[in-house]
Order: sequence, then C-alpha cells, then structure tokens
Amino acid sequence: MSNLLGKGLIDGLVVTAKNFVGSYFDGNRKDRLFTYQYPEERMKLPENSRTFPFLVYDGTPDQLRCTACKICETECPPQCIYIVMERDANGKPLQRPRVFDIDISVCMQCGICAEVCPFNAIKMDCDFERSKHGRFEDLLVHLPELLKSNEYYHQIKSAEATRVDATRKPTKKPAAGTKPEKI
Amino acid sequence: MDAIYQLIHAYCPTMPDLLALVLAILLPIAIVMGVFLTVFALLTWVERKALGRIQNRRGPNRVGPVGLFQPIADGLKLLTKEDIVPDAADKVVHFLAPVLVVVPAFLVLAVVPVARGFVPVDLNIGVLFALAVSTASVLALFMAGWASHNKFSLLGAMRGVAQVVSYEVPMVLAAVVVLMAAGSLSSVTIVEAQRGLGGWFVCKPWGFVGFVIFQLCAMAEVARTPFDLPEAESEIVAGYHTEYSGFKFALFQMGEYVAAITMGGITVTMFLGGYLGPGSDLPKIGWLISACWFFAKFGIIVVINIWARGTWPRVRVDQLLGFAWKLLLPLSLVNIVAMAVWHFSPSKLVGWVASAVLLAVAIVALVRLNAGAAFEKRSYRFTS
Amino acid sequence: MSATGIIETQTLEVSLGPQHPSTHGVFRMDVVLDGEYVVKLKPVMGYLHRNHEQIAEKIAWIANMPYTDRLDYFCSMTNNWAYALAVEKMAGLKVPERAEYIRVIMAELTRLLNHSCAIGFLLSDCGAWFTPVLYALRERERILDFFETVSGARMMCNYMRFGGVRVDLDDQSLAMARDIVARWPAFLDEFEKLMTENEVLIARTQRVGILPRELAINASITGPMARASGVEYDIRKVDKYGVYDRFDFRVPVGEAGDTFDRYMIRILEMREAVKILEQALRDIPAGPFIAPEAKLRNFKVPAGDGYGRIEAPKGELGFYLVSEGGAKPYRYHVRPPSFINLTILEDMCLGQKVADTVIILGSVDIVLGEVDR
Repeated sequence: MSNLLGKGLIDGLVVTAKNFVGSYFDGNRKDRLFTYQYPEERMKLPENSRTFPFLVYDGTPDQLRCTACKICETECPPQCIYIVMERDANGKPLQRPRVFDIDISVCMQCGICAEVCPFNAIKMDCDFERSKHGRFEDLLVHLPELLKSNEYYHQIKSAEATRVDATRKPTKKPAAGTKPEKI
Repeated sequence: MDAIYQLIHAYCPTMPDLLALVLAILLPIAIVMGVFLTVFALLTWVERKALGRIQNRRGPNRVGPVGLFQPIADGLKLLTKEDIVPDAADKVVHFLAPVLVVVPAFLVLAVVPVARGFVPVDLNIGVLFALAVSTASVLALFMAGWASHNKFSLLGAMRGVAQVVSYEVPMVLAAVVVLMAAGSLSSVTIVEAQRGLGGWFVCKPWGFVGFVIFQLCAMAEVARTPFDLPEAESEIVAGYHTEYSGFKFALFQMGEYVAAITMGGITVTMFLGGYLGPGSDLPKIGWLISACWFFAKFGIIVVINIWARGTWPRVRVDQLLGFAWKLLLPLSLVNIVAMAVWHFSPSKLVGWVASAVLLAVAIVALVRLNAGAAFEKRSYRFTS
Repeated sequence: MSATGIIETQTLEVSLGPQHPSTHGVFRMDVVLDGEYVVKLKPVMGYLHRNHEQIAEKIAWIANMPYTDRLDYFCSMTNNWAYALAVEKMAGLKVPERAEYIRVIMAELTRLLNHSCAIGFLLSDCGAWFTPVLYALRERERILDFFETVSGARMMCNYMRFGGVRVDLDDQSLAMARDIVARWPAFLDEFEKLMTENEVLIARTQRVGILPRELAINASITGPMARASGVEYDIRKVDKYGVYDRFDFRVPVGEAGDTFDRYMIRILEMREAVKILEQALRDIPAGPFIAPEAKLRNFKVPAGDGYGRIEAPKGELGFYLVSEGGAKPYRYHVRPPSFINLTILEDMCLGQKVADTVIILGSVDIVLGEVDR
C-alpha cells in the first residue's frame, strides 16, 4: 500500500491500457489474443487428446482387431458399451462382435476401455464435432460408425500407433458367418 | 431554432408562416435525435470492442464488417422478444417507467451546443435546465423497482435512488465554479467564456478539480461502473430492471446510455471548451470544424468512461454514499472558495498558486480523514 | 434503516437462489435482511448431488478414478492423487520416485490453476467486469493445454493410477511445463499491479468477513481460508506425503482473517507453488512411472479401512475407504474441503451487508461438485 491514495487506481488503468494496446500487436497469439476464431481457424489438438472411442481395423473393416472379449464393457465406469459376440450356425463364438454399441451421451471419455483392451482394438479418437439433432438414438453409435482404419489411427496419433504396431502380434480374423444364426 | 426559421424564410419565401414555424421547431429535434441515436448505437459498438481488447479478446466481429451491425442486430433481437410482465406487477407504472428513463435523457440534449450556432434551444437557464431534468430519471428508477413486485428490484431501486440523490449535490456545486467564471447559466455563453489559449476551464486548478468531481458525479448519476450498484449484476441479478424484457429492457439500456452521452456533452460544454478549438471560427466551414472539435472532446469523456469500466471493481453502497457526502461535497465547497481566491487575487501568479495550494491541502486532508484505518498495510509471515 | 433504529422496520427475506450469476454454481442462500444488513443466513446445498459415493460402491477401484475428476472439477489432478494415495496406503503399494515427482508437478500446477481462477472470480464478484478473470484465464489456458498434451483431456484428466501415473512425461512436455512456470511470475506481477493496491478493492475486502482463529480451528476449516486466519496448518508440511519434504518452500500465514487476507494468501501461495515447480522440474529423475506390481483389472485391496488426505488447493481433501478384500469398495466417503469450509458462512456474514455476502462466498472458494458430490 503506498501513501499516495489513488495510486492503485492509476496503476490498474496503466495495466489495462497496456493490454489494450498490446492486443493490436500480438502476432501469433503469444501473449494477448488467445481465442481461435472457430470455425475459420481451428486449434491443432495435441496428439494425446481423447474424446470418444473407436475400433481399429487392419486393412479392411472385416479385419477388425476386436474379439468381443467384453473386457472394456466390464471395466467401463458408466457402463456405456454393449457387446454381443458373433456366433456361427452352431452357436460357436467367432471372436468378433456382432453388435458393438457405445452410447456417447453416457461415455465419460475416460479412456479406461482403451487402457484395458488386451488386443489394442479400441482406441480413443480426438474428434469432438459430434453433435447431432436427436438426443437418444442419434447419440447411440453402432459398429459400422465405430470402425476406422489403422491408417486413420496413424494419422491422428502417429507416435502411439507406431508403438502399438511395433509391439502387437498380428492375427488373421475368421470371416463373418454368411448364414444368419439363431437368436 | 431562430437560425433555421431565418434560413427557411431566406430560401423559400413563399412558405406560409405557420408551416415555417413548425418546420423550424421540428427540424432541429429530428436532427438532434437522429445524430444522437446514431452516436448511441455506435458507442455501444465502440464500448464492446474496446472492452474486449482490454480483456485480450476481440469484441463482436461476426455481424457485418468488424461487427458494425451488432447494435442493429441487438435492437432487432430485443424488438422481437416476448414482452413479459409479472402478474402481480403494477401494470401502468411498469409500462411508464422505461419511458420516463429515456425522455429526460433526450430532453437535456436541447441545451447542449454541438457546434457553433447549433444549439436546438438557447435557454438562458440552460445549465439549470440540464441538471434539473437529468435528475427526473430517478423517479423512473424507483417506479421500475416498485412496480416489478420483486425484492431484488426493490433493493436495486432503493440503492439507485440513494445514489442519484447523493451525487446531485457535489455535481451541482462543481458546476457552480463554472457559472461563477462564466457569469451566466446559458450553455452557449459558458462555451464562449472559454475562448483563448488555456481558456478551457479544465486548465485552471479549480477547473481541473471541478472537472474531476463533475466527471465522477456524472458517472455515478448514470450508474456506470464503478458506481453501477443499481444494476449490480453479480449481487442482485439485474436490480431494478430484472423484470423487464424485450423492448422495455432496450429502452432502459438506451436511457442509461443516452444519459451518459448527455452528461458527457454537458461536461464538454462546461469544462472542456465545448466546440471551441483552432479553426472553429472560420467563416464558411467553421461550424463543421467546431462540430469535429466537440466530438473529439466528447471522445475523451467516452474513453475515460470505458477505461474505468474495464478496470475498477464496484464500490459498495455505503462506501459510495460516504464518498459523495464525506469527500466530494466538502471538496466541491473548498473548490468554490479556491475559485473565489483565484478571481479576487491581485496578480495572476498569486491567484494560481494560492488556489492550487488550497486545493491540494484540502484534497490531502479530506482523503486522510476519510481513509481511516481501512487502508492499512498488511504483512504476512511465513512458516517453513 | 439501521438495525437498532427508532423506527420499527420489517426484515426482508431474500433467496439468493440457485440461479444467480455469482454463487459459483447451483447454490442457494436464504438471507434475512434488515435494510442492507444480514441478520440470518442459511446455506442450502444439494442442487448438484450426483450420488458419487453410492456409485463408487458398485464399480471397481480403478473405475472410480474418472469420477473423482468430477468432484472438484477445477482441480482434477489433486482429486485423483488423494484417491490414489488412500488406496495405495491400504494396499501397501510403493510409488516410484519419478512418479512422485510427476505427481508433485501436476499438483502444483493445479494449485496455480485453481488460485488464479478463484481470485479472478472473486474480483468479478466485486464487479470488475471480467477483466481480471480473462487475464487469469489466459494463463490458465496454457496449463490446460499442457494437461491435454500429457493426459489427453483438459479438465477431466484421469491421470493418476494406483502405484504411479498413467503415462510418462516426455521431454517436449517437460519443456512446455518449464515455459509455463517461467511465465507465471510476470503474470502475477501484472495481476498484482492491476488489483492488489486498488483502493476500491481494498475498501471492499478489508475488514469484511472476518474469521477468528479459534472459530476456524473449531470448525475444521482448512486450506487458504484457515491460513488466512492465522492457523499454521499445511498438510504438505505436516504429513510430508509424496516427496514434499525434499522441496524448499514456505507457507504464508495471515493475521486478520478477512477477505483481503484470503486473497493475498492465495497470491502468495501461487508464488510458493512456482518455487516448488522450478525445483521439481529441475530435479526430476529418470525411472519407471508406475509401480511394477500395480494392476488395472481385478485389483483387490486387502480388507480394512484407510484415510488418505492431501493439501488440495481448496483445503484438506480426504478419502475414507473401507474394503472387504474385494474388487469394489465397501464404503467410499469423501471429505470435501469446500463443504466443510462452507458451514461457517453464516458466522462470517452476520452483520455484513448483502453485497459483502457474495464477496465472502467468493473468498471461501467453493466448487459445487465438491460440496454436493
């Protein structure tokens, strides 16, 4: 506190004036104007950023890595994943999901499903522009929309995808059954 | 008005007298309203952009180039909104309150000389009219708060009334020094009395103190930050205009803003030399240059208002009233004495020094007396 | 209109209701006013109750970690740490050194986040029209970008795991953190120049909302609020959890216990946090970032109970857990600092004016996610 009363007020005015003038000379968003004028400019998201999960396939959507082991369904904290294993005509499990639904209005984006998956099948996407017009069915994402290729995975998270490719054991998936099985 | 009447007679001598008279009355009104409504719209845009830049962000920039159509968009939006009136509200009073806020603000513009020879009505009690009419909006404040049948509004209205009434007194006393120097209440005479180099009243010690007091009181009259208690958003939601929506809300905002513009105009007239400036006396285009000078000085007042709004927090109600009665009022009285000393002293230098010293001593003494124990220096100890 | 006036006046009962621009969330205060003075105040909470403790009894130990992010949603890292600490105590897990340093870095950055936001919002309650808030948010954005680079999300980080952290900090992230810490003192200097000596702020906050030292101790107030009242209690110094005993930092303690002291204590704590961060970023060793015996799935905690607490930016955040030896908690209880600090609100506000109520609430620094769980 200084003895000259009013000095604090004037100091405040000086700081705001500096910010006002400085905002016109702030190139490259270093100090002052830090807003991105969306949708013309988009911020580059860091590689690790996570939003909603997606399923990885190698090559064709038929060769998805998921074996419908249901570990992610069990570990998901808000229980937003619903998996049904695909079985052939005799009822033998085919190690692939027939139904894989994620309710993204419930999903917490915690990433635990991606952490616990033993097959590196489910990973976290960084796409946040997911708004829909409906509140219920539109936000329930089914298997076809969840499937994205390994090339896409490399594109959004190259370091992580490279590390995953170096450590996992590639397997060939059995083909999906052509005859409809008994429900 | 007279000038326009003469002009009409000179250019259209065949027009009937009554029509010429009516035109001579209506035309200045239309010009003043038109100009100042445009100024109001532009000023809202300027304020939002400037506040944005102070806060490290751009202001509105989507509607129109650089966001220039934002005021139009806001006006249209408020026009098309549903007008909600609470069931228990007093319908007539609720309806009249916004009107009564806007009308005095515009009325005072009748005596503000915008350019040389351009005052709508040259009243010989101009300043008295201005100060008296601008106070009429306090009625509207209380009407709004009472008619809304809402506790928050009532709180806001009571605070507002106390604030406006308290800040009238130092404002009028600060205006008295100007009247003493100019010797008349007419606004045109006051401006003409500030001719000459360093003739503006703000350049003199008593004028500078008077300007500061008047500006602070003007900010408090129109309830701008740091004195915007009646509508203190973070405490009592929106104060006296909580229950207003749609165009009535727009009228409140417009009333407050135009009142701020008007008080700015009065300040410029009384302290900053009105429309005077180099080049304002030229024969043909002098009036245009003087209008530019007026608006340039008006811009200074606007800058002060916006800058203060972006920087300082709000004072509390008892501190606000204490500031008015215990600091500004005695200071304005001492200011009057200082002006008298300046006027009646034998030589100019003695007058300057004497009045400046008197004012400095008064300011320091009053501030010391008022500060009390609140502004203490604090020290903190550290444990490890 | 004084409380002891000659004229018989009526009191006015006002509900500073859940929809209010500055009650920091959905929180209601039923205030009885005599003119402008507060005669009685009743805080009403529970508008944000989300059954956090009941949900925790139904899901696995690790699945609770994302829910703790959402307790005090400004400071997710410290919430995670408190929970991880409680479970590690019960399970006997030892955390490697690099993970401890990472945890300290994240916690101190969270402290910077929280205090800058808290002060900004306190000043905006005073009426400074968002200018201090936006300056604080500008710096906070850098820290949030850092959190996104490391853990994947800006606010709901879900970063700590039992026995360490989820991913390691690489060199690029460390450089980012060093850059943030290097800029912070300049920001604090500018902020203090803007606000600390401002006469209006001093007039609004000094002698307002005084909390006496004895009352603070009796009411279990912790955190910056207690330290502003003169209680020398900082869990980082008392419990010495993590590796805090290796850092050289001081704890600021105030005298008067009013709103201005709480504001200044937070600023001084930010400066101390910068000191800790500089030391931690300099000394961080190489090594594993999670204990080798830590498990994610089927993680069973031995039967018993345990209480783990840390110095969260708002006060003492504690988790009381009871386990029956299974994969889910039997009882899970959170000791939220905001909730306990809020119980003393009436005593601080009596005799003050309505406008002060909001400022005092702002200086308590509550987050409704924590108060209501």
